Parts: sequence; C-alpha cells; structure tokens
Amino acid sequence: MNYQISKEPIDIQSVIDKVVQRNAGAITTFIGTVRELTKGKKTLFLIYDAYEAMAVKKLEQIGREIEERWEGAQVAITHRVGRLDITDIAVVIAVSTPHRADAYDANRYAIERIKEIVPIWKKEHWEDDEEWMGNQLETVAYPSGKPEESDLNE
Amino acid sequence: MNKVLFFAHLRDAVGEEFLKIDASGKTVAELKVELVRNYNLPKLDSVMTAVNEEFAQDDEVIQDGDEVAFIPPVSGG
Repeated sequence: MNYQISKEPIDIQSVIDKVVQRNAGAITTFIGTVRELTKGKKTLFLIYDAYEAMAVKKLEQIGREIEERWEGAQVAITHRVGRLDITDIAVVIAVSTPHRADAYDANRYAIERIKEIVPIWKKEHWEDDEEWMGNQLETVAYPSGKPEESDLNE
Repeated sequence: MNKVLFFAHLRDAVGEEFLKIDASGKTVAELKVELVRNYNLPKLDSVMTAVNEEFAQDDEVIQDGDEVAFIPPVSGG
C-alpha cells in the first residue's frame, strides 16, 4: 500500500521505508506542512477532505507516471485528511532512485501532479471566515479550469 | 439508479454527501444542467466530473449504476 489517504497523523519514516531498495542511491522526502500565513492572512486550522477511492487511484497513477519517466524509481505517498493545525503534516512523498538528481526531480513532479489531479480539497479556517480552496487565487488547481486531456484516464 | 457525490463547496450547497438520482441515459453535461436547476448549486462550468472514479468528459453518457462525482478544482498537497 504505497499510496494512502490517512485520517491519522502520518509517520514519515514508514513512508520512507516503503521505497527503500538496494539499487537506490538517493531517497528524497517531501513533507508538506500547514502554513500559518498566506498573503498576510492568518490561518487557524485546515480541514482536508478527499474522494478517497479516487484519490488513491490518482496517487497510484502519479506513481506509474514517475516509474515510466525515471527508470528505477520507487514512490510512496500518504496524504492526510481531517482537521490539521498549523505545522501539522498534510502530505509525505518519498521517492527513491539510483541517482540523486532523479530523486529530486521525480519528487517535485509528484507534488505538482497532486495539485492537478488528485481529488483532495482543503477548507481554510481564518479568524473571521472559512472557505473551500481550489478556484481561489491562493491555489489554482487547473490553469485551464480543468485537467488537460492528457491528464484523463491514464 | 446512480449515486451522485459532492465535495467541498458543492457539498455545502447541496447539504448532502451524495444523492440517489436516476441519471442513466443522460450525458454528464445534461446531469449538470439538471442539478443546477433542481438544487441550490453554483455554476458547474469549472467543475470536473468523475464516473466510476475516473475523470469523464461532458459528453459521456451515464449508465445505470454508475457512480458520478463532481470534482471542484482540487487543493491537496
């Protein structure tokens, strides 16, 4: 189970352990955390929600895309859902590859693709308001308003 | 019958996590029009649709038993 949606806090080491391989010369780990200030506005906490069954499928798709682009890559991704406070971990991505440059590139690719095609949403709670993010300026998920044709059903 | 799921601000607007609707034979676009008419939904122009957990185009025809989900622009990560 390299691709998971978790209601519990993410154990970083357990995600890393999934990509340990004898041919790896590098493992990169991305840890996405909840930021307090966005454009001067103070976040109190976030709620993440997911279409879980589809989200897991889309994480698996990202993993397959990486394995096709970067030879020998192994990928594990866990995304948290539920209420998260400032500094909490929202996502952990681990990628192992034979050489370090690929591990960095492939990990970056994974987080950018998550923001395009994985059905997960966050609701920002501020001191005076709350709002589901996605089509607001802070995070534009799809530049064209929807995934590109090539994103569909791969 | 079809299970139609809503997420994020669409769920808040509908007030339900999902609805049971007979949408078989309709295209995704037709279902969107019907939902906007019958429920207090914001426009669905920038909302993607998934049929059976895969992204679907507006001209896809929904079959009986298909699970349909409306996917607002995502904001994970």
